[in-house]
Amino acid sequence: MSRVTPALAYLYALLVLVFLYGPLIVMILMGLNRSPFYELPLQFDLVWFRKLATNERILNATRNSIVLAFGVSLLSTFIGTLAAWAMTRYRFQGRNLLQVLLIPPIAIPWLILAVALLLMFYWLKIPRSLFTLLVGHVGVALPYVILVMMTRFQGLDRTLEEAARSLGASPLVVFLRITLPLILPGLVASVMFTFAVSFDNFTLSHFLAPQGVSTLPVEIYTSIRKGFTPEINAISAIVFFFSAALVVLSSREIKFV
Amino acid sequence: MSPWRRSLALVALLAPAYGWLVFAVIAPLTIMLIFSFLNDVPIGERVVFFTFENYRDFFQHAFYWRLTAKSLLTGFYTTLLCLVLGYPMALVMAKVIPSHWRAALFMLVIVPFWSNTIVRLYSWAIVLRKGGVLDLLLQALGLSPGSLEILYTYRAILIGLVHGYLPYMVLTLYIALDRVDDSLLEAAASLGANAWQRFWRILFPLSIPGMISGSILIFIPVIGSFVEPRLLGGRAGTMIGTIIEDQFVQLFKWNFGATLSFLLLLIVLIFMLAFGLLLRRTRLLRGE
Repeated sequence: MSRVTPALAYLYALLVLVFLYGPLIVMILMGLNRSPFYELPLQFDLVWFRKLATNERILNATRNSIVLAFGVSLLSTFIGTLAAWAMTRYRFQGRNLLQVLLIPPIAIPWLILAVALLLMFYWLKIPRSLFTLLVGHVGVALPYVILVMMTRFQGLDRTLEEAARSLGASPLVVFLRITLPLILPGLVASVMFTFAVSFDNFTLSHFLAPQGVSTLPVEIYTSIRKGFTPEINAISAIVFFFSAALVVLSSREIKFV
Repeated sequence: MSPWRRSLALVALLAPAYGWLVFAVIAPLTIMLIFSFLNDVPIGERVVFFTFENYRDFFQHAFYWRLTAKSLLTGFYTTLLCLVLGYPMALVMAKVIPSHWRAALFMLVIVPFWSNTIVRLYSWAIVLRKGGVLDLLLQALGLSPGSLEILYTYRAILIGLVHGYLPYMVLTLYIALDRVDDSLLEAAASLGANAWQRFWRILFPLSIPGMISGSILIFIPVIGSFVEPRLLGGRAGTMIGTIIEDQFVQLFKWNFGATLSFLLLLIVLIFMLAFGLLLRRTRLLRGE
């Protein structure tokens, strides 16, 4: 190829990255700007970040989001790993059906799942609470865990476990000393990734959160609809870096496409 | 292990996860289907009967048809824009950039996609709104004296959607193009094929499955989207997704909402099936 082509190629890649990151960078910079009216030139100030510390609504929403995401990530990783274990270690009828069941929560638009859950809880007279949020969030997080952990279990060399068994280790010792260390990277990635899935989910929380309880995405959504405040820039910047870190850290184990 | 103990272990391992999936996904969707055929939600003393009324409502009002068409069209535009913008990017990543940079670039493309949707859209609202950063930038460069007034238009919705889903297309295409063996291209070059021919005769046909998978991953969620139209579309942002939200959040017409939601699900399933068949066909044609 001619020399012009790579230069154009790099320029194009750069433009795409500007499109992807430009608005986010603007948002972060505005969160660091002293002026609340987006005035330029930028005057560096952490005033909006400091104000977050006294914003009860945002602090409450943050607490809810973190509690919920912790519950979702630990619970879905635990029960998802059990299922992945069964799916890879046992041959049984209906295994294919169980794999097909993992598709709907990933493929169906969240809006549909959210209103279906809302209808069911209303009909069963289960009041909306953090529990109803947990039901929904774990539902959409589980398939990711099962798929990631199935890949992990399939890639695990079983002769290591058999060797330990033949040398006299009990099943429990084999699990703790051989299996667990080998699947640990998958577990850690699942916990981080499902944490991100829950922490960033807006649609399910929007429909399933009770009156007066909000998660961070719901709180940011409400604030945007009411108007623009620089504090939202600040909390949004924090949320962005936090989610980005989770995705980068879990990326070695998870195929994103 | 005895067969009996084996089955017991199997059930114990599978029951928590699949019980949860049934309770959180399968049961709600079934209940939604049933409610779409009822006149009211069966609670307390209410008289509930089976009816086609909700479906008749949908089919008799051109309003709902138009919005469904608008959502499908939006899915089509978004997919097309992602394809046009994403293909060169995937090509650059797979075939031009040195391989040690690829992982880093791959990560840079993924991060905005998995970052918070609301935060992403909020950042666009700041940029696009009247007197926002884009206006200031264009004024500073002397390109435009007034405001472009993009926020709260249909174009703003498309920008937000393309921003969110472009990474999907780039990544599926990148994976497809990366699989094409460079020796194929070298062989074609040594036989006298120029860059244009090498692209259209080798790379492009081999990337078709990637284009199809990327398209389905974008089209399906976009036709069910409601946050992008709400936050960026303003009055231009009425789509089937926002109408469904209205039934549950504003109007409390739950049964009609269930009907709309179920019809949307039906459309999603039809397109998933169609794309799946298309994918299988292209793979069969290539003898995979």
